[in-house]
Amino acid sequence: MMMNSKSLYQEVILDHNRKPRNYGVLDNPSHHAVGHNPLCGDRLDIALKIENDQISHIAFHGESCAICKASASMMTAAVKGKTRPDAETLIQEFRDMATGKLDPEQPNHLGRLTVFSGIRDLPTRVKCAILPWHTLHAALNALTSVSTESDDDPVQATSASD
Amino acid sequence: MANVYASMTPGANTVFDVEKIRADFPILGIKVGDKPLVYLDNAASCQMPRQVIDQLVHYQTTQHANINRAVHYLSEVATMEYEKARRRIQQFVNAREEREIIFTSGTTESINLVMQGYGRKFIKAGDEIILTTLEHHSNIVPWQMLAEEKGAIIRVVPINDAGELDIAAYEKLFNERTKFVGLIHVSNALGTINPIKPMIAFAHQHGVPVLIDGAQAAPHRVVDVQDLDCDFYAFSAHKLCGPTGIGMLYGKSSWLEAMQPFKGGGDMIASVTFEKTTYAAIPHKFEAGTPPIAAAIGFGGAIDYLESIGMDDIAAYEHELLNYATERMAEIKGLRIIGTAAHKTAVLSFTLDGIHPHDIGTILNEDGVAVRTGHHCAQPVMERFKVPATSRASFAFYNTRSEVDALIAGIRNVQKVFL
Repeated sequence: MMMNSKSLYQEVILDHNRKPRNYGVLDNPSHHAVGHNPLCGDRLDIALKIENDQISHIAFHGESCAICKASASMMTAAVKGKTRPDAETLIQEFRDMATGKLDPEQPNHLGRLTVFSGIRDLPTRVKCAILPWHTLHAALNALTSVSTESDDDPVQATSASD
Repeated sequence: MANVYASMTPGANTVFDVEKIRADFPILGIKVGDKPLVYLDNAASCQMPRQVIDQLVHYQTTQHANINRAVHYLSEVATMEYEKARRRIQQFVNAREEREIIFTSGTTESINLVMQGYGRKFIKAGDEIILTTLEHHSNIVPWQMLAEEKGAIIRVVPINDAGELDIAAYEKLFNERTKFVGLIHVSNALGTINPIKPMIAFAHQHGVPVLIDGAQAAPHRVVDVQDLDCDFYAFSAHKLCGPTGIGMLYGKSSWLEAMQPFKGGGDMIASVTFEKTTYAAIPHKFEAGTPPIAAAIGFGGAIDYLESIGMDDIAAYEHELLNYATERMAEIKGLRIIGTAAHKTAVLSFTLDGIHPHDIGTILNEDGVAVRTGHHCAQPVMERFKVPATSRASFAFYNTRSEVDALIAGIRNVQKVFL
């Protein structure tokens, strides 16, 4: 299960973690949601503006691990300028890739986002990568907040206790 | 040899031969990817020696039947072995009587048993329950459930910046409404060893019974419930080299007799009619249904194993490892140890500047180093130190100095990745 984690912290992910794109607060967003992963305390705020059926502006901020932050950064770069249905397609494909339902070798729209494909071998970290996408989905569907522990969570909780 | 470390144990003329001990644990020989396993998550669960594994196999292949029921050979043998395990636990914690030891599924169930059996019978509206900031969620949530049901109030003992309880504040919390104290012996998140004996004595001066959560203490030091004079003491087998799914609750017989049963069913009754059921005597009153018999026997075997090494020697060796690891960690810039109590078990919770614990855990895993990352089921502790989570290395008597070195090298590698 740990075989691919090395490839997870690749330069592109580390770069987006160091210099996240579209990081900050957006004035007068048309859509907004807060995502929360109660298992690790990660919290992500995503705001966007849809104009002429396109995501014209998007911004995020919050506290999270490198995987979550890089995923959010690359997500905002990927969906900017996209239509809502195109963004929803990306959301679905990214979730499927992270949970091992989509083979990144098969045709998809993910492009550079396939750098996250190794996450499927790290079940405890899948939520970190997915949280931004959950949150974007919530924002697009006018849900104000979302948790990785919600009922429609594609990944079951992997909390450990001691 | 890289992995040999033997030390003279203070006060004893025996050499603590860690390599010989490691040979008892088959799992310590596995590889994670291409790296040897460095298992530093012992506070979450400890590994099992060959002796206990063999005992489980022996039981299952030659001794298994249901206990306390039939008159046939296997049932007699299984019952005898099960009760022998109870006796081993009684001796291990120096309880006065065997019947003061109740088998549970683990520390969590033990605490819930006291909450249900004692709390629901004796705690009333307006009564106060004292807990501490250091408690594991398993010694918080049951009491919150009770407080909500009864209209009772929970009071919390604060900690200082080192992660030590504020004893003066503890003593000030007592008043005529104080009816119960729940106290963790050793903090799972920080390793702080609490001064429970004087705290218990103080509570008793006010006529208040005390439950000790000993999950992180019993695997690492001698526990003597008569010397402590605690009213209840709970721990799990899997944190001391035994199986999961089994644990114990010690309770003073006077309390256990006064308490109501926790679960109803078979094995916990003297007689049943639809008009009236009479409960069995303790401990059976609290052991409804068929227990995990093999696990209970393995629990006894784990205690045999630990005592063959010696709890004092284990404590001394682990303390040396803690000192060494603490020194090595101090060399790392940007590393902050959370929990610096004067008295600690071998637990090192830490943060690295600018790096999230989950990233630390995943990258350490690439080097075969297993640590726990997260809030350790102790969110009030995390909140106190204003961190969402920490990484935690927790040591057992089978860990070595070279494993500490592997951890340190791994942490430096994490920092390099995020440079």
